[in-house]
Amino acid sequence: MTQTLELKDKMEGLLRTNRLPHVWCSGCGIGIVLNSFLRALIASETDENKVAVSCGIGCTARISGYMNIDGFHMTHGRALAFATGLKLANPALKTVAIGGDGDMIAIGGNHFIHAARRNIDMLVICVNNFNYGMTGGQAAPTTTKESCGTTAPYGSFENPFNLPFIADACGAVYVARWTAFHVRQLQLSIQEALKKKGFSFIEIFSQCTELFLRKNKYGAGLDEMKFFKQNSVIKNGADTREAEFNSRNDKIVVGKFVDRERPDFKESMDGYFGKVLKDKFIRYEGPLQTKI
Amino acid sequence: MKEKNLEDQNFSSPRGGEWIETQTQQKLKGTVAIIRERCKGCGYCIEFCPLKCLEFSKEFNGKGYHYPHIKFPEKCTGCDLCGMYCPDFAIFGKKLL
Amino acid sequence: MKADTKGVLTGLHFMDGDHSCCEGLLAAGCRFIGGYPITPSTEVVERFAERIPKVGGVFIQMEDEIASSIVIQGAVWAGLKAATVTSGPGFSLMMEHIGLAAMTETPCVFVNVQRGGPSTGLPTLPAQSDMMQAKWGSHGDYEIIAVSPNSPQECFDFAILAFNYAEQYRVPVMLMMDECVGHMYERVKIPSADEIELVERRWATCAAGEYLTYKPDADLVPRMAKAGDGCRILVESLTHDERGYPVITPQAQKKLVSRLVNKIKNNAHKIYKYEEYKIEDAEVIVVSYGITSRVAFKAVELARQKGIKAGLLRLIVVWPFPEKKIEELAAKTKAFVTAEMNLGQIVLEVERCAHGKAKTLLAGHAGGTVHRPEEILEVIEKAISPNSSVGIWEL
Repeated sequence: MTQTLELKDKMEGLLRTNRLPHVWCSGCGIGIVLNSFLRALIASETDENKVAVSCGIGCTARISGYMNIDGFHMTHGRALAFATGLKLANPALKTVAIGGDGDMIAIGGNHFIHAARRNIDMLVICVNNFNYGMTGGQAAPTTTKESCGTTAPYGSFENPFNLPFIADACGAVYVARWTAFHVRQLQLSIQEALKKKGFSFIEIFSQCTELFLRKNKYGAGLDEMKFFKQNSVIKNGADTREAEFNSRNDKIVVGKFVDRERPDFKESMDGYFGKVLKDKFIRYEGPLQTKI
Repeated sequence: MKEKNLEDQNFSSPRGGEWIETQTQQKLKGTVAIIRERCKGCGYCIEFCPLKCLEFSKEFNGKGYHYPHIKFPEKCTGCDLCGMYCPDFAIFGKKLL
Repeated sequence: MKADTKGVLTGLHFMDGDHSCCEGLLAAGCRFIGGYPITPSTEVVERFAERIPKVGGVFIQMEDEIASSIVIQGAVWAGLKAATVTSGPGFSLMMEHIGLAAMTETPCVFVNVQRGGPSTGLPTLPAQSDMMQAKWGSHGDYEIIAVSPNSPQECFDFAILAFNYAEQYRVPVMLMMDECVGHMYERVKIPSADEIELVERRWATCAAGEYLTYKPDADLVPRMAKAGDGCRILVESLTHDERGYPVITPQAQKKLVSRLVNKIKNNAHKIYKYEEYKIEDAEVIVVSYGITSRVAFKAVELARQKGIKAGLLRLIVVWPFPEKKIEELAAKTKAFVTAEMNLGQIVLEVERCAHGKAKTLLAGHAGGTVHRPEEILEVIEKAISPNSSVGIWEL
């Protein structure tokens, strides 16, 4: 009984409550992602003083400003490069980069593949709402075929990205996809990924109620939640090539696709320098402690 | 002219937010706390409540949304699924038993 | 605060400006560089990559200059001193994060070994044509500090100076080298660690719960806490208030941006640095910086031999521009000749600050090689001839 009471208080403690209500529209899935993330932080008993959240620009990137933990609201697409610096300079930090599909995979695509290749120890959460929300519903590299955006007024004819496949191919150690409907699985997945050492990637399909759904007449937020519920197939361990979501007629393949072990950047660096430089190598342990 | 400082509006303890206590004969299994001013009326809590305990209130909050209220308090188990679905941190559930 | 002995290679060396700059960064306590290969700056990061595993720190070669310029800011907020090194085209890509560093008040150093432009231009040859870009390159109103060395020894000294300014005022500082200084070999004396004075980061002194990310001290510079200290910092690239919360209003914009500008403008008298040579009785003052100042020195000597009262004002800190000094000199002298390896950048500032009280002429150069002293002498002669008019500069 007291446990759930504490949960509410803990949640409030992790939010900058004087900034609520937040900027996201009614029914927006980003709020659900934030909710799940905070619950996962509490459930995994992570020391919140050691968590740093790096965000780029966009609707999703506003997340860092609502969390009462060290937050960084940086430039468009650069959340992962910034998080790389944070993590390498202070290996004791648990770095998390959260962003939207446009932020993380269009303008920030280069940083994404390289952070995954280097296997920087961080959790990357990409909220995929199939369009650019903050700027008014333009087509994104994830827009499903024949869906409209303001810059694709007759529907998009480009092939969208299959994000779990990219992350897998670039060497991520943990790859999962859920939708805003799968709150329980999402929370457990974030909990699992927080414990994981290396580049962990979770894609979350989310509803952009006022732009993507409205423009395409896909219904309200609740209809999209039902769409996610009805069209999702959970395939844990599936080949990420199967996770394509090219058009709204496709099934949404969700689940945990990849969970493997690879030495992360710091481990590789320390191990290798130790081997070749022997006792000349001075291992970097982190910044000096300051008064606070 | 005095500038209206929107930033200082404090939503940490707005109307609502306390655990709802209803007088009934039988002992309640669970309950919810609803922070009305944070609600944006998306209806996820109402739709996904496993026992359909909630419904939209007829009242409006300050932003003009109908916030949820508990219709069948005796049915609520305090499973907190409404809390997990809420994008606005406006509802939390807790078990009483 | 004294330098850490681990990073200081005390002794006499014969090295080029790039390598010397790297030693300067290490001596200043820089333990993180994010870099990307680009001629003629690469030697700096090459040396750093070799040295840092034996000093204790991190070098990472990023995927591009955009990433290099932000990865260092991550390292700064995690508590390290960090720098990035680049040249013209890379400097253009870094503009986004020079603006970010100014907005979020992240102390870091950008080394730009200038080469001929525009675009790919002259990768292996010098220029000084990024001087205005260093100041105005990113969008919006902000102030930065730019330092210009003219010898490998100064590449070492000013790398330390750059870090000291960055920590003191929490601004991005540009170390504006050029290909010539970068690739020139000279004697470099590296002092012992206890002779190197460093400015410590302005760490927060209040309790973690009371810390506000952007609450300024009396000199308008806020104190810093690093990620992981439990201060729950909020570093915001949007216009923000003292808490770091975004506030999208004209009032918040005025308050924040004027502070960002004023923290440098109000402290400019402490930042200015220049050298004067035979300036007391000078009728023509050559204003110069970087490698060109060494040629200008020779030109002044030649002019003196010819009986022309010439002097040299060599700028060490180019930004903030020493407005008062130029104003003061304009009242006493007849003409300014600005010698620089571009087609007219800092001459605009000289012209502005002279307020028409003295003639302002340009001894420009499109880049690729340094001036010949005679080229500058020619402009000095033109400056004292009664036929030349005020404010005209020819190429």
